[in-house]
Amino acid sequence: MHDRVILWSLLGVVLMLLAPWGLLQVLPVNQAQFWTANILGRGIVFGIIAMSLTFLATYGGFISLAQMMIAGVAGYTVAVFVDGAVPRIVGGFGYAVAIPLGLLAATVMGLIVGAISVRTRDIYLLMITLALAMGVFRFIETNIAWFNGYEGIRNVVGPGVFGFDFRNAYVFYYIALATAAALYFGVLYLVRSPFGLVLQGIRDNPRRVAALGYAVGLHRIAAFGVAGFIAGCGGVLATIYNIGISPGSIGLGASVNVLIMSVIGGLGHPLGAFMGSLVFTFFDTFAASIYDRERFNTLIGVVFLAIVLLSPDGLLGAGKRLRRLLGGANAPRP
Amino acid sequence: MDLAAIITLNGLTLAALYFIVASGFSLIFGLMRVVNMAHGSLYLVAAYVGYAVFEPLYDDDVWYAWYVGLAAGIGFAAVFGAAMQKLLLGWMQGQELRQALVTIGVSIIVADQLLAIYGGNPRQFFAPDAIFGSTQIPGIGGYPTFRLVQIGIAVAVGVGLWLLLNRTKLGMMIRAGVDDREMLGACGVNVPLVGIAVFALGAALAGLGGVIGATAQPLSQGVDGRFLLVSLVVVIVGGMGSIPGTAIGAILIGLAEQIGQAVFPTYSVVLTFVIMVVVLATRPQGVLGRA
Amino acid sequence: MTLRLTRRSALLGAGGILAGGLSAPAIAQRAPIRLGGLATLEGPFATGGQDGFRCIQMELERINSTAGGRRIELIRESSNAQADVALARARKLIEQDNVDMILGPLSGAEGIALRDYSRTLTGKTIVNGSSGASDTTLRNPSPNFFRFSTDGTQWMAGLGNHVYRTMGVREVAIVAGDYAFPYAQVFGFNIEFCRAGGKVTHYWAPLGTTDFGSQIAQINRSDVGALVVVHGGTDGLAFMTQYAQAGGNKPLVAGSIMADQSMLSARGPHRRVMTGMISAGPIADVIDDPMWREFVERYRRRWLNEGGFQSPSIHGVNYTTNLMGILHALNAVDGDLSGNQVAFQRALAAAAFKAPTGAEVKLDHNRQAISDIFVNRIEERDGRAQVVAFARANAINQTLGTPEAQFLALGAPSRDNPGCVPAAS
Repeated sequence: MHDRVILWSLLGVVLMLLAPWGLLQVLPVNQAQFWTANILGRGIVFGIIAMSLTFLATYGGFISLAQMMIAGVAGYTVAVFVDGAVPRIVGGFGYAVAIPLGLLAATVMGLIVGAISVRTRDIYLLMITLALAMGVFRFIETNIAWFNGYEGIRNVVGPGVFGFDFRNAYVFYYIALATAAALYFGVLYLVRSPFGLVLQGIRDNPRRVAALGYAVGLHRIAAFGVAGFIAGCGGVLATIYNIGISPGSIGLGASVNVLIMSVIGGLGHPLGAFMGSLVFTFFDTFAASIYDRERFNTLIGVVFLAIVLLSPDGLLGAGKRLRRLLGGANAPRP
Repeated sequence: MDLAAIITLNGLTLAALYFIVASGFSLIFGLMRVVNMAHGSLYLVAAYVGYAVFEPLYDDDVWYAWYVGLAAGIGFAAVFGAAMQKLLLGWMQGQELRQALVTIGVSIIVADQLLAIYGGNPRQFFAPDAIFGSTQIPGIGGYPTFRLVQIGIAVAVGVGLWLLLNRTKLGMMIRAGVDDREMLGACGVNVPLVGIAVFALGAALAGLGGVIGATAQPLSQGVDGRFLLVSLVVVIVGGMGSIPGTAIGAILIGLAEQIGQAVFPTYSVVLTFVIMVVVLATRPQGVLGRA
Repeated sequence: MTLRLTRRSALLGAGGILAGGLSAPAIAQRAPIRLGGLATLEGPFATGGQDGFRCIQMELERINSTAGGRRIELIRESSNAQADVALARARKLIEQDNVDMILGPLSGAEGIALRDYSRTLTGKTIVNGSSGASDTTLRNPSPNFFRFSTDGTQWMAGLGNHVYRTMGVREVAIVAGDYAFPYAQVFGFNIEFCRAGGKVTHYWAPLGTTDFGSQIAQINRSDVGALVVVHGGTDGLAFMTQYAQAGGNKPLVAGSIMADQSMLSARGPHRRVMTGMISAGPIADVIDDPMWREFVERYRRRWLNEGGFQSPSIHGVNYTTNLMGILHALNAVDGDLSGNQVAFQRALAAAAFKAPTGAEVKLDHNRQAISDIFVNRIEERDGRAQVVAFARANAINQTLGTPEAQFLALGAPSRDNPGCVPAAS
């Protein structure tokens, strides 16, 4: 089973590698570029953030609404320290220093969120992570000295990579894709490691795991740290993609959007995060043409509600059910 | 000195509003185990619907305009809440996370439709003259009467809920349901109906909060998120599902907001969340929550 | 007048082609000009965005959607006042919809985000919609970003002097939101008021504060001569209502988005205290100018029954002014956007015209408007509260007349730098 997933995932990566080339065959150059950077690229970046949520949900059973905030912590850290950002808060560092600092900050924030919510589960955890995320959001929105308040920090243009400009659509796309693929396979590897197995054990029966002598709390906090690192990678990429960051990027709407992506794709497997984020980005971009720009939120709300009501395990689950229907009785039952 | 008194009084009146709204959230959570992420939407819906009823009457200078608007807002919220439980949430009882997700979906749609119907202009109710002016308080001077009325309403809600939960048959069922739903059903109680009643009651409280809140402060899009968060924080601090806990949580948060704003405005928002984190670290179930 | 001119330039353009003097790309250019309209239709500024689009539509209808001999096609997009959303929409307009230029956005942070984005573009132009952050054009300006509307600091021109000299007030309390737009407005007020010798106490409140009870209590106990309110939208309504309820009775002075129809059309006790309030800004409901009267008349005819205001909003007027700048330049270059829009951008930079308010508009070297600001008073007229212009400060530039180097040396406006510098003695 696991090998098949890896095989399919590899196929997906190859497809995504070829996608920009394919787009160029069917679309004019500027539109192909738009699709590459602003649908696929943006989808992948938010997919990374959504995957940090899916990772916690799938293997730990925690639905954390703090992941967008954690991604924002990474983005803000980069913006605060990097040279060239406007306004200059600390500055003086290159991207080679600022980005690792950002990832470190996100990991630490993930650990903090994990530590604060360590004794709660299920919906309690959902409430507490949401409240924490909004607390940080409000703090950043009202703090001028460190985060330039409501206006945020602009002009985070990103590094040059081996002589390529990050602002080039294709450079950005392939960096995002490489990051996403590395994290994705990293997660698949991690959950088969002893740490991942203990984590899944905690999800299914924390008491038994504790009885076996494992430190349940520490494993939980560590899982949040891992998720924080993943979210941080997404946050750094999103900040560079947006040429800066402002509190709106981590507000209630943004946090809920990440949850929507994960749920649309399906919380059963990290792959769902990317499916959900691509679908979401597509709707977000073309709602004006499909439906009505002004009522985009109604559209996305209805899609979300329909998925929660009809197929709570998202597109992934819907696909599985469809296969079962087509495959008839000999398909394995869950 | 009198400034300190005013700030304290402001904190208490704000706490009163928070208590009214959060008590509904706490009630629904207490019995139904549903985290109603659409609680802020109920607040907003009630306020807008109430305003739509209130405005033409107010134009005609009818003295009871505000009361009718209040009733309309509460009524609509109650029906909306009951419908939500009946149509969407009732049949997935026990799937707490899925229910929370459903209410998130509802809140997104409601917020967008309210924007479509009512637009983005801020609105505000005007209470009848009897409770709208200012009242002389010894040692403080003129103080907005409506804010004092807010405290009165909150106390009435608190006492009413206590009586309901402790002195009526419905209250007995609700309390029994908190402890053991199955046993309650086995005793011949129509548990789904009790669920709908609880949801309607909780939503009505959000609606009451909505109209009261929109009389004290302007009503605008986006307020739903704010009151959802207030409800979350108050209930997390006070203890999930406990009405006295909700009152304590509301008072703590209300006072913290007002004192913070007066003493260190830039960091006042953080104070609320510091309180939350401290409570979680020391008593994860909240001040009066049951472990 | 504009219509005839347009027709003539169209004929001229066609004649040029007939004469055989022009090459193929010029013929291709007779295709419609694609204009991306970006305003806020979600979130707190939705009403402003709607009015922006109303005014754009009205202006395009007036000129029959033609300028410089070419049809103008409007492609609308909306954001929610968040910088990253505005940026995503702008990218879609430029890259997917292939627009030639964008007219937008509406709010400050969005404006700065689009200014940064415009720097990465070649052969495309972004003309501001209604965003009013000073830094968009004052610091690190972008060669592809033009703003024919004035900024938040400019909007306060004339107010500080009026309060000190005419009202004779020596000390004021300022209540303002704790973020960039109010900083800019407070800065504009203080520059004049403090230079004249006035004293200021500031009361900042975080964005989204709804309960101002404690601040109001402090202000009512102080003995300042006037209260300057630099809130807007919901915060403004909340402050005013609570001020009225607490029995406040100081003379009121206000920032530019406080004296606004969206505030005056909301009912409530705030209207009582707001009568007589002094404010300054790029528009008023009543301006004694034939051009403005005609514009308001046209607006009311077109929109009053379709959800419009009694009088066009500040955002509607700003969008119109910026659109007029575009149309002016398009007419000047006969709709020729070739050569990476170099000629078009030069024409934009050189444009000089009258805004719908009758204010003269021209651009400075940062492509920022130099224009007239009105000092206003709220009066009851025709049975409703209206903002009436009673004075006008002409040709206000972005530094309020201070030499630019000296103005920049004051630093960016912030709560720690509110611009209150006494005149050098």
